[in-house]
Amino acid sequence: MISVSETLRANQLSGKGSLVGYYPAGFPNVHDSIEALVAMAENGCDVLEIGVPYSDPVMDGLVIQQATELARDNGFGLKDLFHVVREVRSRVQTPLLVMTYWNPVLAYGIERFADDLVDSGAQGLITPDLVPDEAADWIEISKQKNLDRVFLVAPSSSDDRVRDNSDVSQGFVYSVSTMGITGERANLDALARNLVQRVRTLSDQLTCVGVGISTPEQVREVNQYADGAIVGTAFVKAYQADGLAGLVAKTKDLASGLG
Amino acid sequence: MTTKLSEQQGPYFGAYGGRFVPEPLIKALDELDATYQQARADQSFIDELAELHRTYTGRPSIITEAKRFAEHVGDVRIFLKREDLNHTGSHKINNVMGQALLAKRMGKKRIIAETGAGQHGVASATAAAYFGLDCVVYMGEVDTERQALNVARMKLLGAEVVPVTTGSRTLKDAINEALRDWVANVDSTHYLLGTVAGPHPFPTMVRDFHSVIGNEARAQMIELIGGLPDAVAACVGGGSNAIGIFHAFLDDSDVQLWGFEAAGDGIETPFHAATLSKGVPGVLHGARSYMLQDEDGQTKESHSISAGLDYPGVGPEHSWLKDLGRANYHGVTDSEAMNAMRLLSQTEGIIPAIETAHALAGLKHLATKLSANASILVNLSGRGDKDMETAGRYFGLIGDK
Repeated sequence: MISVSETLRANQLSGKGSLVGYYPAGFPNVHDSIEALVAMAENGCDVLEIGVPYSDPVMDGLVIQQATELARDNGFGLKDLFHVVREVRSRVQTPLLVMTYWNPVLAYGIERFADDLVDSGAQGLITPDLVPDEAADWIEISKQKNLDRVFLVAPSSSDDRVRDNSDVSQGFVYSVSTMGITGERANLDALARNLVQRVRTLSDQLTCVGVGISTPEQVREVNQYADGAIVGTAFVKAYQADGLAGLVAKTKDLASGLG
Repeated sequence: MTTKLSEQQGPYFGAYGGRFVPEPLIKALDELDATYQQARADQSFIDELAELHRTYTGRPSIITEAKRFAEHVGDVRIFLKREDLNHTGSHKINNVMGQALLAKRMGKKRIIAETGAGQHGVASATAAAYFGLDCVVYMGEVDTERQALNVARMKLLGAEVVPVTTGSRTLKDAINEALRDWVANVDSTHYLLGTVAGPHPFPTMVRDFHSVIGNEARAQMIELIGGLPDAVAACVGGGSNAIGIFHAFLDDSDVQLWGFEAAGDGIETPFHAATLSKGVPGVLHGARSYMLQDEDGQTKESHSISAGLDYPGVGPEHSWLKDLGRANYHGVTDSEAMNAMRLLSQTEGIIPAIETAHALAGLKHLATKLSANASILVNLSGRGDKDMETAGRYFGLIGDK
């Protein structure tokens, strides 16, 4: 199975660039979320981020909050997460990362979570509220099991932190485009370009840009300087508006921004 | 162990504490920590805060012995540390004035705050008015309804009150929303967190700003009874007033420390907020601490008649003190608290906040653990004016709406 970093690197070399798509497991229910993720992979997403619905998503805007709240209301549990991963993995070759706040992993047990990631066919974790400073156990376990670990860098991060967070990541490091939570933005900050430049200068790590991207033009623009564009809210909104057909159309639309 | 318990400075209290936050907030936490470290070593800051407390907050707060109330509790003497007499009506102002001074030092013109009962929101709105800062207070929609009077107070003071309609629509969700605002506006904005929870440096810093309660009370008790009390008691939600009064006594091993949590309908039911009694360690709102969660790590909703204690987490220092056995935590039900509220009102002429009433109700349990004629120091953390609608309905004083 091709890894996240190999995928990003190959797409960058070919000049295509990468579209990284986020979608929450269990939204609007477990079965339909599997269909949604498969459709995203089949229609142009190069890497999938499978989100874990969580009670206190401090990094997420209202659209994703409402979607994940619905998933939880419909009974989503962690056993469903690994079921979703396994089903998606059985149908597409696209690299899969799980994006989760930290407490569900802690409650499940870090090692057990890691084993189940491997077992179900996911490549690793994106951890929005876990900084490397607090991640010694996860870093060690993910190294043992060769799982990707994607940490964040932000425009406010010091050079030391940009370097350290990038170096300790595997797969890529997540460049937060703007100071804010997930959701669409009309204009991507020049902050994103500067941040990616700092990652490039301070580390060899690949980096994808997320938060605020919702148009093919933004996907194209980001791929001119970064290794991939991460989109979440726009996919969830498309599904909310027009179901699977809307999601497919949005995926094709955004993928048209790739080279 | 050579380090005194009272000298723990974070970011960790044993296995608890830390900074479990999104990367964009790290710089703000570093900046706040650096500013605070500088300020606490700066005599001019210490003097300025002390002067504010003397001329604005109304410190030192007095101690009142509750003799008639004590007759209903047991063979004990009960001393009330009267934080209810502070400006704005609770202990919350101690921390708020300190953090507002820090916001000024950092050049931040806007403060945001979360509030449950509204006491911290009112104190924050007050400080914003006093220092000329913009203020936005996030408050769960459920709480804006049960604490409508405090919403009006905040608005009159010039603050914007934003009802939070996601999740359980209480304090937990107000904190989430404040954190989201902070991530987006961190350059201009200081998040004036109101309790000893959250990421470092908040648990340490907020504790330090409230430690004035215990420092005053310790000296006052020595003067009053010629020694230390046998026990110190407080209610615990996030845990700020409890840490504030406990801190001066942490290394006095003869002094028992008792925190009383909200047991709602009873800790044997699912409807409570007894985090330390019934929770397990996990990560919530930036720190590792005891919390109420299900097996998937999803935060459970808490339940309490008291908006200020209706929180499924608790400050990390309390988790540490619990594990060490240095402090004891015990649940008090809604009805026990309401009865204590009425009892103090009718025996002493002091109407306590419903939060505070949990500590008062717990004294009956505590008295059974103490020898005859023992002295108990209680943090009377807030006054009950804001709770008149809840109390009026509970006791049938004003009829149904």
